[in-house]
Amino acid sequence: MSSDLARFAIRRLLSMLAVLFAVSVVVFLIFNVVPNGDPAVRMAGKIPTETQIEAIREEWGFDEPLYVQYATMMKNLFTGETVSYFTQQDVVEEIWKGLPRTLSLAVGAALIWMAFAIALGLYSALRAGRFSDRVVTVLALIGISMPVFWLGALMSYYLGYKAGIFPASGYVEFSDDPFQWFWHLVMPWTALSILFIGFYSRVLRSDILETMGEDYVRTARAKGLSERRVLLKHVLRNSLIPIITLWGLDFGAVIGGAAILTETVFNLQGVGQYAADAIGQLDLPPIMAVTMFGAFFIVIFNTLVDIAYAALDPRIRLEGETSR
Amino acid sequence: MSARDPLLAVRDLAVSFNTEEGAVRAVDGVSLELGAGEVLAVVGESGSGKSVTAMTLMGLTRGPNAAISGTAGFEDTELVAASDAELRAIRGNRMAMIFQDPMSSLDPVYRVADQIVEQIQAHRDVGAAEARERAIELLDAVGIPDAEKRADSYPHEFSGGMRQRAMIAMALSLEPSLLIADEPTTALDVTVQAQIIELLRDLNRRRDLSILLITHDIGVVAEIADRVAVMYAGRIVEYGTLDEIFYDPQHPYTWGLLASLTRIDRPRPQRLPQIPGMPPSLLAPPQGCHFRPRCAHAFDRCLEVPALEPRRADAPAHLDRCWLEPARRRELREADARDALEQPR
Repeated sequence: MSSDLARFAIRRLLSMLAVLFAVSVVVFLIFNVVPNGDPAVRMAGKIPTETQIEAIREEWGFDEPLYVQYATMMKNLFTGETVSYFTQQDVVEEIWKGLPRTLSLAVGAALIWMAFAIALGLYSALRAGRFSDRVVTVLALIGISMPVFWLGALMSYYLGYKAGIFPASGYVEFSDDPFQWFWHLVMPWTALSILFIGFYSRVLRSDILETMGEDYVRTARAKGLSERRVLLKHVLRNSLIPIITLWGLDFGAVIGGAAILTETVFNLQGVGQYAADAIGQLDLPPIMAVTMFGAFFIVIFNTLVDIAYAALDPRIRLEGETSR
Repeated sequence: MSARDPLLAVRDLAVSFNTEEGAVRAVDGVSLELGAGEVLAVVGESGSGKSVTAMTLMGLTRGPNAAISGTAGFEDTELVAASDAELRAIRGNRMAMIFQDPMSSLDPVYRVADQIVEQIQAHRDVGAAEARERAIELLDAVGIPDAEKRADSYPHEFSGGMRQRAMIAMALSLEPSLLIADEPTTALDVTVQAQIIELLRDLNRRRDLSILLITHDIGVVAEIADRVAVMYAGRIVEYGTLDEIFYDPQHPYTWGLLASLTRIDRPRPQRLPQIPGMPPSLLAPPQGCHFRPRCAHAFDRCLEVPALEPRRADAPAHLDRCWLEPARRRELREADARDALEQPR
């Protein structure tokens, strides 16, 4: 089993390298064909002379062939020497600065959306077809339909700016003041969670209803188990497998950039917002770094999901795992 | 084996389900008795209400869309009127059930032994180690090889026959007095079917376990049953001992059912006879005898429902629901059999 797991991990590590390589090449090439993307022109200031531009090109190596530029970029990324074209700040350092903010947002939101989704999904499955189920269904659809930037902006304006209940935007370090950290994150967590709660509760509701019709649930009842035990140990346990898979994937995606809108609306200064700013300025080094960072997390969480899936469902084997 | 005090006495059990198209009367006045240590087979085709009868006894058909009436006395409890909590204390404990498809009847995410332990602990206050010991004993008793090791397997690591054995082990874990077996061999290979039937027969003989066997397989019935109830479209149409049903069937439906078997001790027909037509929809069953539209011998009186009662003085325990003159039945049955033999290919 452990050697199987090692084989699986090595396989995944190799495929991660392939993914990161492909992602970096694609981003690099896109950047080089975007109109007005020439960094030398943009760095040279408002009314540059041709000689200034040439000087910058030479200094930063923009006159080298693309593959040389790519190689230099990648070497710098991995040695942590990449700096932004415009602010000259160290890119990796900036990402490290943003990471706790992005993680705070993602971890909190993921816990919130999972907890609410389980509660609502279970509730509406148990009351399937009744009025309360329909109410939850409508709420879920509303939640799914609200874009984060719109919902976030409304919350920030009404609950933050107008009513003054929560801070309208910004972030406080946990180590500075845990309560303020929490209080600043309540609205971002909510805004980010709503869509996921709506979606997950729908998926869970239908999984639960499907599982309730399974023969083994009938067996569980025939054994004389209490309804509560049948529901939690047999129905919910089996219904959670697909949703936990989804959870891992979405969590990876949120860290890897899906929180970009939430971070920007609430000015959290996380990795996503850093990426958004860099894209606005067509600043290649941070874009490259953040994209790689995102791809890294997504691949990592894909792998973790596969491992979790095999642990949750004994019928599933990891690829390369030999039979027991 | 003679009937002792009935362990299970079902009277006028009726179950109907509300569906979008209307009420489906799946079970329509079923009465039967099962003595301690007896095997009663309920035979019928799909949709005859035999499985619904079995599941209703276990309380598994209860729900907002089901209407259940009649009585079912089991030991000292009336199952139809019992509260959910009372029923829960009985099922899996005094009365257990195994199902048609052992492939899907065990929870895929738990180890086999743990599923048995769960049942033991639901009814008895025993520790995990003791319950596990008992689970291994049971698995061994139903013929799982190397039970100590296989106990920690997941259901998908078992073959179909082993899963059904595991289901039986689980059902027997609290030494119930009644086992309800709903098509226990239908989903299995023929050789495995024989092994499972052998196991059930052995449990019946050695542990005096009463079995209510639900099946459509007449061959299985012949192997194990003491008495037989033939069901058609929600009603029992004939009820008697194994020999009575097999050698002197009284209801035209039972004749048809038996004639559709290939038998090694009878002349071989040109083609296997079948009963013409289809079972009726239980949404709108035919008036009177439910078999009337398919019966070659139906006459005016069949528009009334015949009662399930003894109709011959020499066989007081052999009941049927047919208006045909008992004296004429043998003659009609033999004529039917001759016709079947001569049917062109």
